[in-house]
Amino acid sequence: MGTIFVLLSLATAAVLVPAELRAQDITITIKNHRFTPSEVKVPANERIQLTVVNDDPTPEEFESREMKVEKVIPGKSKGVVRIGPLAPGRYPFFGEFNEATAKGVVIAE
Amino acid sequence: MLGALIIVFREVIEAGLIVGIVLAATRGVAHRGLWVTIGVAGGVVGASIVAMFAGVISDAFQGSGQELFNASVLGVAVIMLMWHNAWMARHGREIADEMRRVGAAVSEGAKPLTALAVVVGLAVLREGSEVVLFLYGILASGTTVSAALIGGVLGIVAGAAFTALTYLGLLAIPNRHIFSVTSWLIALLAAGMAAQSVHFLNNAGVVVALDKTVWDTSWLLSENSILGRMLHALIGYTEQPTQMQLLVYILTLVAMYLLMRFARYSPAKRLPAAAE
Repeated sequence: MGTIFVLLSLATAAVLVPAELRAQDITITIKNHRFTPSEVKVPANERIQLTVVNDDPTPEEFESREMKVEKVIPGKSKGVVRIGPLAPGRYPFFGEFNEATAKGVVIAE
Repeated sequence: MLGALIIVFREVIEAGLIVGIVLAATRGVAHRGLWVTIGVAGGVVGASIVAMFAGVISDAFQGSGQELFNASVLGVAVIMLMWHNAWMARHGREIADEMRRVGAAVSEGAKPLTALAVVVGLAVLREGSEVVLFLYGILASGTTVSAALIGGVLGIVAGAAFTALTYLGLLAIPNRHIFSVTSWLIALLAAGMAAQSVHFLNNAGVVVALDKTVWDTSWLLSENSILGRMLHALIGYTEQPTQMQLLVYILTLVAMYLLMRFARYSPAKRLPAAAE
């Protein structure tokens, strides 16, 4: 449901707003050291802004070599992660402080 | 426990490489131990403060506070390293001569040591704040505290040992070459930091020009491997540099070179006869 909503609003936003203002809508939440959604679809070849909300009391580091991002998100806090422009493909990310469970992937298409 | 050890170790060696180089670069300068200690201590205190205010920093500037903070810290470090190298270009020979003559520390180095103490402090602050946050996370999560915490502490110890190794390795360089070698190491260090700073500015959405990737050497040497991390800290190795990063890297090296040349040949031409 959430993903569909995000996609729909993205599609609408893509038509209505200039590139820099777009994509505010993508939010990834960390809870119990897991990402929700753990799979995020984004448009390829565009700058994307992800809001990472950390609902856990402990800090997490949102990291992706593929997307060249490394950002600490303190506990009970949120951070903005800017990615792209990405070529179409799969871009895994993980939480460095809890790598066993905190895993996800951005799919650019 | 092993996981915690590796995560902390990875952060500590990045700062440790810088401390090792600074220690080698200041060989023979009086009171350097004190200055480096001040730098490390200041860095640890700073790291704790940064960790404490991580939420505030992160939220600042539309959520780009952390990136801008990192970019500024790196920028200041680059300037300090340039200052140090320029100073060394002018006075390095005198210090080396004196060391050879009296075989002991000389007192002239007071000025650039503040710069290097700042560099050490900033390096410890940047890497250290992640360690503090990570260890705090372990403490806060409660379960399996002891094992993970021991791992983290062992990681710090291993990182410190690694720093000592870096320093001892650089000490093997003969006296008369040490300043030129460390000057080059510092130039590469500064160029790497400048390029990394550009990366943070790009992530913050501030500098987005020339952001095409120039090459991808992740197949050859992953930035995630220990060697990749070391080279990243040391010379700024990046598996996928952007055009802007490469440009800034080269410009920093050129600026450093010109600055050192300029420093060497400008005013202080006392006793020209004794120069050679």
